[in-house]
Amino acid sequence: MLITRKAEFSASHLCRIPSLSDEENFRVYGSDANPNGHGHNYILEVTISGDPDPRTGMIMDLKDLKRIIEDEVVEPMDHRSLNHEVPPFDHVVPTAENVAGEIWRRLEIKVKTGRAQLYRIRLWETSDLSVEVSAA
Amino acid sequence: MKTTVTRRYRFAASHRLHIDTLSEAENSALYGKCNNPFGHGHDYVLDVSVAGPVDSKTGKMFGIDALDRLVNRAVLADFEHRNINRDLPEFRGLVPTTENISLVIAERLGQSWNSAMPASTALARIYVEETGRNSFEVNCTVPNSTNA
Repeated sequence: MLITRKAEFSASHLCRIPSLSDEENFRVYGSDANPNGHGHNYILEVTISGDPDPRTGMIMDLKDLKRIIEDEVVEPMDHRSLNHEVPPFDHVVPTAENVAGEIWRRLEIKVKTGRAQLYRIRLWETSDLSVEVSAA
Repeated sequence: MKTTVTRRYRFAASHRLHIDTLSEAENSALYGKCNNPFGHGHDYVLDVSVAGPVDSKTGKMFGIDALDRLVNRAVLADFEHRNINRDLPEFRGLVPTTENISLVIAERLGQSWNSAMPASTALARIYVEETGRNSFEVNCTVPNSTNA
């Protein structure tokens, strides 16, 4: 069985590789390479899998999942500059792919409780672009 | 860790669900309002999902411009503001249900994929919303799953 919980955070970022020229960065990242950055209202969908506990009827207490998402993602990333304030994006380019991968790594280890495991995350950078990460 | 990137597109098109070999009453019973002789239209939402490795240097799976060009050329140029029954050759003998529209889009993207997208990427999934209340998904990673 799968359960999905949603969260939102707003953050700024810019996508540039320091060793590349301005022209090359704009070619790779388009307007995401604007040196002064820009922002998004990210929407995060976190899906866990597992079998409900026969006594409680729950896979995982959703209060706990809410707290994990809050502690690992929303609190550190909401209203922040990802490049300046959220490691590893001081040296890893915060593309939607990399932000989604980092969120997967942060949540996977915390969600692993008795019955539940992280099944999939989906990060919407805009309403037209999303990245899903799941176990291989 | 498996990563899938999804890009959303939209197109407005009209269609009519009708099988020529059936009677008017049979078509009406089968397709209801969708059989209206003058057709009707929808604002379709199309999500194209791509699977592949993320480049460790750029942090990107592929350049979004390449996918936009492919989808514009292979799908939107023909579907946007068109009558699907009359303007698209695939539907001359095929009822344009959203099931069939999804399969045709998957087929069109699959045919042009290798010439338009990096070899490391693969078409993973097609998702089409006919209206906000119904949606259709084709898993493109399973061989033959797109065959009607």
